Amino acid sequence: MTAAVQSRFAESARDRLTALRRPSVVAVVVVAVAAAAWVLVFANGTPAGAAVDDPGKFLVTALDAVTFAGLLFVAASGFTLIFGLMRTVNMAHGSLFLLAAYVAIRVQEAMVGRSRNIDPADVGLLDWLVPLLAGAGVAAVLGLLIQQVFLQWNEGQEMRQTLVTLAITVVLADQMLREFGGLAQRVVWPGAVTHFFSIFGERYATTRLFMLAIAVLVGVLLWLWLTRTSVGMVIRAGVDDRQMVRGLGINIRRVFALTFLVGSFLAGVGGVLGASFAGAAPGTDGSWLLNALVVVIIGGLGSLKGAAAGSLLYGTVVAFSPAYLPSQYSYYAIIMTFGLLALVLAVRPYGLFGRPA
Amino acid sequence: MNLRDRLTGARLAFAGLVLIMVLLPSLATAFFVNFVMTQTLILGLAAATIVFLAKYGGMTSLAQLLMFGIAGFMFGNAALAGGARGLNLGWHPWAAVGFALLVTTVAAFVLGAIASRTTGIYFLMLTLVYGVIGYFVFAQIVEISGPGGITSIQRPDLLGPPIRLYYAGLLLSVLAYLGFRAVRRTAFGLALQGVRDDPVRMASLGFNVALHRTLAFTMAGFVAGLAGLLNVWWNGQIDPASISIGPTLILLIIAVIGGISSLEGAWLGAFVYVLVFTYLRDLPLVDRIGITEARFNTVIGVIVLAIMVLSPEGLTGIGQRLRRRLRRRVAAEAAPTAGDSLPVHTTQKELGGTRP
Repeated sequence: MTAAVQSRFAESARDRLTALRRPSVVAVVVVAVAAAAWVLVFANGTPAGAAVDDPGKFLVTALDAVTFAGLLFVAASGFTLIFGLMRTVNMAHGSLFLLAAYVAIRVQEAMVGRSRNIDPADVGLLDWLVPLLAGAGVAAVLGLLIQQVFLQWNEGQEMRQTLVTLAITVVLADQMLREFGGLAQRVVWPGAVTHFFSIFGERYATTRLFMLAIAVLVGVLLWLWLTRTSVGMVIRAGVDDRQMVRGLGINIRRVFALTFLVGSFLAGVGGVLGASFAGAAPGTDGSWLLNALVVVIIGGLGSLKGAAAGSLLYGTVVAFSPAYLPSQYSYYAIIMTFGLLALVLAVRPYGLFGRPA
Repeated sequence: MNLRDRLTGARLAFAGLVLIMVLLPSLATAFFVNFVMTQTLILGLAAATIVFLAKYGGMTSLAQLLMFGIAGFMFGNAALAGGARGLNLGWHPWAAVGFALLVTTVAAFVLGAIASRTTGIYFLMLTLVYGVIGYFVFAQIVEISGPGGITSIQRPDLLGPPIRLYYAGLLLSVLAYLGFRAVRRTAFGLALQGVRDDPVRMASLGFNVALHRTLAFTMAGFVAGLAGLLNVWWNGQIDPASISIGPTLILLIIAVIGGISSLEGAWLGAFVYVLVFTYLRDLPLVDRIGITEARFNTVIGVIVLAIMVLSPEGLTGIGQRLRRRLRRRVAAEAAPTAGDSLPVHTTQKELGGTRP
C-alpha cells in the first residue's frame, strides 16, 4: 500500500514537472524574469530609475504595492467569500463600497462638526473608527436586504442573480449621485496616524502602513473566523458541498444570510479605507468593482488565499508599472494590468486558486 | 403543416415590419426617424451581438460596447486629417472604415481567444474587465484619444443626409438579423450550440471548443464594430465616457429588456430604451413624483429589476408566455389534443449553463 501511495506521489510529481514544461508556463516564467531584470537593472530613463541605482525609490514602490494590495484584499475578500459559498456574483459590491464611503463621510462631518477642510489634527481615532463602523454597518444591512429580497428565492440561477445585482448597481449609483452629489469627497485619516517617516531618504506616509495594518487585521480575523469557529467550519463545508451541509440538518439559509452580511460589511470597510486613501466620487463604485473582479479573476473565485495572492500580484503591477515604464509610456500602465490578466488566464483559466464551478 | 404555417406567418410579419421601416420616413416626423429610430437600430444592432453570443454560444458578453467603441475610435483616428486629438492619419473615409473594422475584428479575436476557456459567470466578469480596461486605455493613452475623445468626425459623403444613415442602419440590422439566423443552421452554428450545451462532449467528439467560442466572439465583435461605425457617424464624435462601465451595463440591459434569448428582442429592447430615454420627460406628472430626466438611470434600473424578477426572458419572453397561454386556451376550447409544440425550456442553458 505504501508503494502504491509512493507511486502516486511520484506520478503527481511527474505531472507537476510536465505541467512546468508547458509552453504557457515557460512564457510566464520568462516574462516574470524579464520584468524583474528590467526593474532591477535596466530601467534607466523611467520615473523611478533602475532599482540598483536607486534602492529608495524601489523600496517605496514596493511599499506602495503591498499597502495597496491590503486595500484590494479587503475590497475583494467579501466578494470572494460570498461567491465561494453561494455562487452569487454580487455586482453590487462596488455600490456597497461607495455607499459605505459616503455614509462614513457624512458621519465624520457630523462628529467633527465641519463639512469641509477638516484638518487631520482635529480628527481623533474615534472620529475615524465610528464612521468606519457606521459606513460598513449600513453597507452590511443593505447587502443583507438585497440578499433577502432579491437573491434568496432564485438561488442557483447564477446569471439571473448577476443581472439582478447589476440592475441594483445602476439604481444605487443613480440614487447616490442624487443624494451625495457629483463632487469628490474624502474621509479624513485620524491625526494620530497622519505622519511621514523617511526611508532611504524618501518620505513615506504612515497612513498607508495604517491601512495595511487594518487589512492584515481583517485578513487574520477572517481566517480565524473561517478556520477556528463552528460557523466558519459550516461555511467551509458549504463551499465544498452545499447539499451535504443541508442534509446534515444545518439551516444553510441562515448561514447564507450571515455570509452576505459579513461580505457586505467587508465591502463597506474597504469603502471607508478607500475613501480615506483616495476619496470617493461617482464612478468609484465601478472602478472598485473592477478592482475586486481583477483580484478574484487572478486569484480564483471563492478562495481567500486566492484573494490574497491576487491582491499582491495586482497591487504589484499597479504600483510598479507607472514607476518603471519609460517616462513617455507611463500612460500605458493600464495595459500592464491587462497583460497580467492574460498571463494568468493563459495558464489557469479559473485563476490561481480557483476551480471550475 | 402547422409548423410551416407558423413559419410563414413569422416571415410575413418580419417582411411587413421591414416594409413599414422602409416607408417610415414618409410616415413619421424627421425627429422620430433620424433620432429615435436611427438610435434604436444602432443600439439594437450592438445588442443583437450580445444576444447572438448568449443564445448560441452560452456566453454573456459585456465587451460588445468596447468593440463598438474601438471601431468608432479607430475610424476617427484614421479618417480625420487635422483634428485636435488622435493619430490624424487623414485616410480616405472608406479606407478608414476598413481599418476600423479590421482593428475591431483582430481585437475581438485576441480578447475572445483569451476568454475562450471560461464560460458563464467567469466569462461575464472577464468581459466586464475587458470593457473597463478598454475604457481606461482610451481615456489614458492620449495618442489615440485621451479623456476628451475625438470630435468633429465626418461621415462618408455617401451617407451624408441623415435619412441615409437611417437606411444604412436598417440595412445592416436586417442583414445582421438574417445573418445570425442563418449562422445558426450552418455547421459552425450547430457546433457552436453543441459547445454551449456540452463542451466536454463536443471536445471528446473532436471539436475545438475554444476555437468555436473565439470565432463566435470575433464574428460578434465585427458586427458590433459595424454598429460602432454607424454610431460614430450619427454622433459626429466619440469619447471614452461613452464606453465606460455605465453605458456598458446599459447595452446589456437593452438585451435583457428585450429578452436575452431572442434576437429580435435586441431591437425591441433598444426601442423601449430609446423611447423611455427620449419621452420620459414629456410624460405628464412624472416630475411630480420625483422622476426627472436626471433620474433616468433609476427608471431603467427598476425596469430591468422588475423584468429579471418577473421573467428573465424579457419582453419577448413575456409575449411568448401570453401567446402560449392564449393558444392553450384556444386549443382547450377547440380540441382536447392539440398538436402543440413541446414546451421550450432553453433559457437556463442559453443564459450561461447553470448546473447544480
